[in-house]
Amino acid sequence: MSGHNQLAHHIVGPRVYVVILFALLLGTGLTVWASFVDLGVWNPVIALAIATTKAVLVVLYFMHVRYSSKLTMLTVGAGIFMFLTLISLTLADYISRAWGNW
Amino acid sequence: MPDNSAIAHGEPEPAHQEHPPYLRHHFESAEQQADAAGFAMWVFLIQEVMFFGGLFTAYLIYRNWYYPAFVAGSHQLNVYWGTLNTLVLIVSSFTMAMGVWCAQTRRRGGLVLCLTLTFLLGLGFLGIKTIEYREKIEKHHVPGFHYSLQSFVDPQSDSEVHEWYPDDKPLSPDMARHTELYFSLYFLMTGMHALHMIVGIGILAFMILRARAGAYTSGHATYVLNFGLYWHFIDIVWIYLFALLYLISRHA
Amino acid sequence: MSDTIVSLPDQSTARIPKVNYLTKENGILSWLLTGDHKRIAILYLISLSFFFFIGGALAGLIRLELLTPQADLMATDTYNKVFTMHGVIMIFFFLVPSVPATLGNFLIPMMIGAKDLALPKINLLSWYLYMAGGILAIYTMATGGVDTGWTFTTPLSTHYVNTNVVTTGLAAFIAGFSSILTGLNFIVTIHKMRAPGLTWFRLPLFVWAHYAASLLMVLATPVVAISMVLIILERTTGIGIFDPTKGGDPLLFQHLFWFYSHPAVYIMILPGMGVISETISTFSRKRVFGYTAVAFSSVAIAIFGFFVWAHHMFIMGISNYAVLVFSLLTMLVAVPSAIKIFNWTFTLYKGSITFETPMLYTFGFMGLFTIGGLTGVFLGTSGTDIHLTETYFIVAHFHFVMVGGMLMAFLAGIHFWWPKMTGRMYPEKISQLAAVVTFIGFVFTFFPQFILGVLGMPRRYASYPPEFQVLNVFSTAGATILGVGYLLPVLYLVWSLKYGAIAGDNPWQATGLEWQTQSPPLTENFAVMPVMDHEAYDYEWLEAQKQKRQKEVTSAG
Repeated sequence: MSGHNQLAHHIVGPRVYVVILFALLLGTGLTVWASFVDLGVWNPVIALAIATTKAVLVVLYFMHVRYSSKLTMLTVGAGIFMFLTLISLTLADYISRAWGNW
Repeated sequence: MPDNSAIAHGEPEPAHQEHPPYLRHHFESAEQQADAAGFAMWVFLIQEVMFFGGLFTAYLIYRNWYYPAFVAGSHQLNVYWGTLNTLVLIVSSFTMAMGVWCAQTRRRGGLVLCLTLTFLLGLGFLGIKTIEYREKIEKHHVPGFHYSLQSFVDPQSDSEVHEWYPDDKPLSPDMARHTELYFSLYFLMTGMHALHMIVGIGILAFMILRARAGAYTSGHATYVLNFGLYWHFIDIVWIYLFALLYLISRHA
Repeated sequence: MSDTIVSLPDQSTARIPKVNYLTKENGILSWLLTGDHKRIAILYLISLSFFFFIGGALAGLIRLELLTPQADLMATDTYNKVFTMHGVIMIFFFLVPSVPATLGNFLIPMMIGAKDLALPKINLLSWYLYMAGGILAIYTMATGGVDTGWTFTTPLSTHYVNTNVVTTGLAAFIAGFSSILTGLNFIVTIHKMRAPGLTWFRLPLFVWAHYAASLLMVLATPVVAISMVLIILERTTGIGIFDPTKGGDPLLFQHLFWFYSHPAVYIMILPGMGVISETISTFSRKRVFGYTAVAFSSVAIAIFGFFVWAHHMFIMGISNYAVLVFSLLTMLVAVPSAIKIFNWTFTLYKGSITFETPMLYTFGFMGLFTIGGLTGVFLGTSGTDIHLTETYFIVAHFHFVMVGGMLMAFLAGIHFWWPKMTGRMYPEKISQLAAVVTFIGFVFTFFPQFILGVLGMPRRYASYPPEFQVLNVFSTAGATILGVGYLLPVLYLVWSLKYGAIAGDNPWQATGLEWQTQSPPLTENFAVMPVMDHEAYDYEWLEAQKQKRQKEVTSAG
């Protein structure tokens, strides 16, 4: 069953794109500024948080996932989930190596 | 209840119905085709996520193990070029998204303009990358090719970076050797990214020619849409690469 | 009560339909540039068989060497190359593409009532990538081979051998993309091109199995692709990512490699399980018991299969905590496979069982896969794994599941759908004989290897202590019988192309859309888009169709 074409009914207009553009530019400025400030352990956290926010904006609005079918959202979710699985389970080994032999 | 015997045997083909020229025969409708094509691009993109995933895993592990080396390596990258590249790609994502809008609203001129801008911005990105890579080659920071530890065991010898980061201490030779791993990951990740950009730019060139002929502005914008997804994906990869490679602790 | 369900048309009047996918166009280009999924399936079938026999010949060399305790047939380096190439070819160029690229390609569009896969050109590209990788693998063999084992363990493969690791890695990389594109095609097709009325839970379980395998193909294969790239770069430029002297970790390669290679075993077995669902239903004349459970267990195997990869690394140096976590997760993944075996067994219960060749292979699968799977549990428990890993126990385990399981399922499927693909029936008696010979050969070849493993014979060694010789001789004798068992089908299947009985549309009286059309099918599969209004494995519907057709015939007169 074809369902409805994800973009046939939702033509995202320039206004949305301009808003997102400015949000992304702002985010870039913010993250560069933050890297020059000593925030201790929070530096990488903030950098990744800003990067993720930017990525989410691109995915939702530039890539139209906000207006897409559940299947598209599920597909994106599956990709992210698998990516996180690869990283976290591999890291589970590396983190625990230093814990010694029981 | 349908008569299944009609399915079975070699009956003469039904009269060739009126359908748009771009509709492939194995699809029942243009809508099904566009739907399938879009979904196929998404499945391809999650496959790309996993491809880069291995590199991100390596990065996370080695950054955790050799943090001082990663900091020193990151200081060798010019944050101006990196930020400029990020801005270039973000704007190119914008022009690509606008191109999609033009295709959907049948603005042929607008579409050609947007695709051309995206193309030029993409080339600009690669140009800046070339400048950065050349810098690395000149300073012997390419792993495996006469890699030099000079800048790391003796930061003062590297005047331009030392100006930016005067408080950087010299690394022990052991930790300095691990900067080679940082640069391996730098070249791997940005190189893989650049490869995808080159493919994208090549396809853009083809698309500009087709767009000028009106191929995408007569009701069949699928190609532009799906290429846009690919282009935005490349942008997202760079957003993460920028944060991870360039912005490691630039504070005093 | 007849002892066969085969129902062939009257041979004196039956003809192969004049217009079908084989006769539609002629000439080599019509095959090499085809978009027809059925032709691509045949291209794959021929090339897969070719690679299978190369891999098989290498296996023969291994068994010949192991007849005697000394490494006297070939130098140990050569032996290393032989078993490496055997593994590389069998895994990447036979098992991974086997059922999906042949039967999956041929049948999935037909089973869902579509005219082709969603992306026919990508399908053809998949085949060309497969051929490119395969030719590169053969080139590797011809120019000195590679001796690291198919697992390319670092730092051996990156720093300590000077054999053709780069070209083999490249061959595996290219074959990997072939697999990714096939999986992508299947996922898109199954989601977007099902016929009206064909809901997910009316799909044949063959389709569910391929869907689950495709998820694995798309999400896991890229990781082994990047690991191959890294090996190649490490060897050629010395980037240091797996090099301890530069701070790299060789174990990282293994994490990335096994992240794919464990799901890969499910990529290999799931399509085979799909075949078994079809054959076991047809030859017991019964719906598959617990359809929903079997469907969900396919997806569960796919998902859980992603979480267990480090059970291949228990002794490699990962932390004890990781060993614990992965061992526990491995217990989890055994459950859905067991659910399938239970459900197939319950399908047999009170069914009308007949013993045509596909069913013989199916029974072989059930027994051998169960043994293989259970021995996997011994290996998943880290305590026993420490003793059994890298011994012949592992070799026996994976050959039981892959050869006793997957290859038997592949042969079951080839025999089952041969009449549909070619319009001809193969000769029954000799095919049954081949199935039995294969089973006997298999058990003689691989069962002794379990014992050898427990006794401590290590794998990948050309020589062994003399007390292991008796079992090794048994194993080699079995391998000879197995070889005969595999050769026979090639001979009689090719024979049947010209001299086999005309099969007709539905010689097995099976349900499923592919059986409601001519054999061989039309290029476009269906002249009219079918509408699905009954459940999968609905034998009552099939019976009602038959009655209807009888009535039409009699009432016309």
